[in-house]
Amino acid sequence: MTGLELPIALFLLVNLAAALWRAARGPTPADRMLAALLFGSTGAGILALLAFAGGGPALVDVALTLALLAAITGIAFAQRSWQRHGAHEGGDDNAAP
Amino acid sequence: MPLLDLLSGSLLLCGAFFFFAGTIGLLRFPDVYTRLHALAKADNLGLGCILAGLALQADSMALALKLLAIWPLALIASAAVGYTIARRADRLGIVPWEKPKP
Repeated sequence: MTGLELPIALFLLVNLAAALWRAARGPTPADRMLAALLFGSTGAGILALLAFAGGGPALVDVALTLALLAAITGIAFAQRSWQRHGAHEGGDDNAAP
Repeated sequence: MPLLDLLSGSLLLCGAFFFFAGTIGLLRFPDVYTRLHALAKADNLGLGCILAGLALQADSMALALKLLAIWPLALIASAAVGYTIARRADRLGIVPWEKPKP
């Protein structure tokens, strides 16, 4: 325990809050999904940090589960959920309409 | 052991930096293909650094190995997810961003 775990966990939480802006803005459904996947990987990091900041080793198992679920979510989204009607013409969200 | 603490702390800071870079990329990159890079590369490097830094502090070998097992899982997952999302975006006709001609 170096005393760095809790500050870094808070910093990663701020990163997640900033990524919510991308989830709100889009423009394609995949961009919103990327924000959700970021919650998976950053959340696993936060949980591992919290396990060492007094949360106990069980939180490492939770982090493992979260990383696994994020992967399944991403694959299910791309294979099943993202269909034509949700697509946005052009990938550049700054392009003129 | 101060040397181990120093190494662990610098790995944790390094991981925080890469997570920050990934978030900046997700917010600033122009289209879905480039944003996939920020998510699949920078964030997983940050996760690896943080997990390695924590594994140095682990009390038991089992806990350290469990921490380090999260990382290959995240790497395989992000490779599969990145490829799948990029292929679907290509199938749906999303055109990759190009630098505007001056």
